[in-house]
Amino acid sequence: MSVESFIDITLLVFLGLTAFAILKLRALFAVVMLSSVFSLLSAGLLVHLDAVDVAFTEAAVGAGISTVLMLATLALTSRREKAPTRTQALPLIVVFLTGMALVYGTLDMPRFGDASAPVHNHVAPKYINDTASEIGMPNIVTAVLASYRGFDTLGEVTVIFTAGIGVLLLLGAYIREPTGLRVQTMDHHLVLRVVTKVLIGPILLFALYVQFHGDYGPGGGFQAGVIFAAAFIIYALVFGLENARKAVPGSAVRMLVACGVLLYGGVGVVSFAFGQNYLNYSVLGASQVAGQHLGILLVEFGVGLTVSAVMVSTFYAFAGQNPPISDEDW
Amino acid sequence: MGTTDILGLFNYWMVIVLMMIGLYIVVSRGNLVKKVVGLNIFQTSVFLLYISMGKISGGTAPILTGKPEVYSNPLPHVLILTAIVVGVATTALGLALVVRIKNAYDTIEEDEIQAVDDDDEFGSAEDVQP
Amino acid sequence: MSAMIIDAFSWALLMAGSLLMVVGALGLIRMPDFYTRMHAAGITDTLGADLILLGLMVQAGFSLVTVKLLLIGAFLFFTSPTSTHAIANAALTAGLKPQVGGADAEDGAAEKEDE
Repeated sequence: MSVESFIDITLLVFLGLTAFAILKLRALFAVVMLSSVFSLLSAGLLVHLDAVDVAFTEAAVGAGISTVLMLATLALTSRREKAPTRTQALPLIVVFLTGMALVYGTLDMPRFGDASAPVHNHVAPKYINDTASEIGMPNIVTAVLASYRGFDTLGEVTVIFTAGIGVLLLLGAYIREPTGLRVQTMDHHLVLRVVTKVLIGPILLFALYVQFHGDYGPGGGFQAGVIFAAAFIIYALVFGLENARKAVPGSAVRMLVACGVLLYGGVGVVSFAFGQNYLNYSVLGASQVAGQHLGILLVEFGVGLTVSAVMVSTFYAFAGQNPPISDEDW
Repeated sequence: MGTTDILGLFNYWMVIVLMMIGLYIVVSRGNLVKKVVGLNIFQTSVFLLYISMGKISGGTAPILTGKPEVYSNPLPHVLILTAIVVGVATTALGLALVVRIKNAYDTIEEDEIQAVDDDDEFGSAEDVQP
Repeated sequence: MSAMIIDAFSWALLMAGSLLMVVGALGLIRMPDFYTRMHAAGITDTLGADLILLGLMVQAGFSLVTVKLLLIGAFLFFTSPTSTHAIANAALTAGLKPQVGGADAEDGAAEKEDE
């Protein structure tokens, strides 16, 4: 048994233990923290499985934004789960039968790591071989995501847009508009405030780096959008939601949500104007490779805009539900 | 099936175990936030299944280095990238619904919500006219 | 020859970092009180992670990878103690009192009176 499979087996066993602990615990804060641990462990496993872009997204989204939103929900609802009263026999039987059926299904699958599996033999070699000549960027995943499968990504951006609108519709009615800049007179939280001030700049810079470096390494619009939103969320958490609303107003964020999707769709319409298919980037530049580069850059930027704006507005919607905590109580 | 077969399928079986734990949490637990967490576990284990299928032994991440190398399949990575972000979008929407349910029913336990709904629909026992 | 020295050095750093992480995890389980547990987890987490990163930097030599690892190390150096502080501060504000004394509370009280 090689070292690689040892890492694989260990991570999967830890994942199983974490999932079992989530099942058994009834203290909901612990459950949320363990789900963040679960996301981080699966991000580690994904790096081991060579999926670096996916691991990046899973760590940022699962261990970052998801945890923040779940904690915000817990602050607005209850903290403990009621003990189950009914007997759990029927769910257990259903789950066992489903599991057995799935295991029976996997007996026919190609073994893990098999290079001759059918999934590697049709479209994937074309993407791997043609990316260098047709698109000219090293990161094959970004090339496939933004160019070869650009329609899927357009649909995905629209899904995020719709979810953002849905959250605003559900929770937006309670948003309190900022009443004025509140001066922080008490310095209970000096350490937090100083470190946050030091860190927000590098976080934003890193988000920009991830956004525009996604062509050459792991990265791209989704990860960058989430990291961008994380900077504003930490500002809101430490300095108060009102100060954050002064810095990034809710109306501006809502406009940015729409601008990202508009940019993505607009790139396709520009391709129409040149007489080509929708989202055919080749016409945007002097040569095909230059056009593809420009198209992917604009499209990823649109994705990053929408994702960051949706995350920030969702956080505003959740955090706006609580009355602001005064300095003496904090 | 030899030991290499079991080792070759271990990834998929562990992922199925995780999927079933997630499904069990969704089906058997009454607390709405716990259900959302269970759904997240289910989603993440499905992602692991797809990425496990795309891995090639001895391969590397699908980023061109200029040298001829074996790259793992980039197609599942693209699909799962989309799926992760869609997953967080639905989680955010689900949690917003939980907050509104708490505002409306004052509880997030499924059986208590059902009891309030039954009361509204059919009237509680005290309202029955003699 | 120098490759062997580099390997040995990075091995030593990686082992030291991992040992610290294990010690921190053990402290997290065995310590009696919330604040002592935070102490164990926070200190060993930061130093263990930074030692592991140093070991990786030694392996990577003078390249872009080392610069990125250095930045990650600096970021961890800032954020890990801050999050420990934030949790402990939140616990103190919420009213959790540190457990003073313990098995030899009387000796502690006697020493305090002598001071």
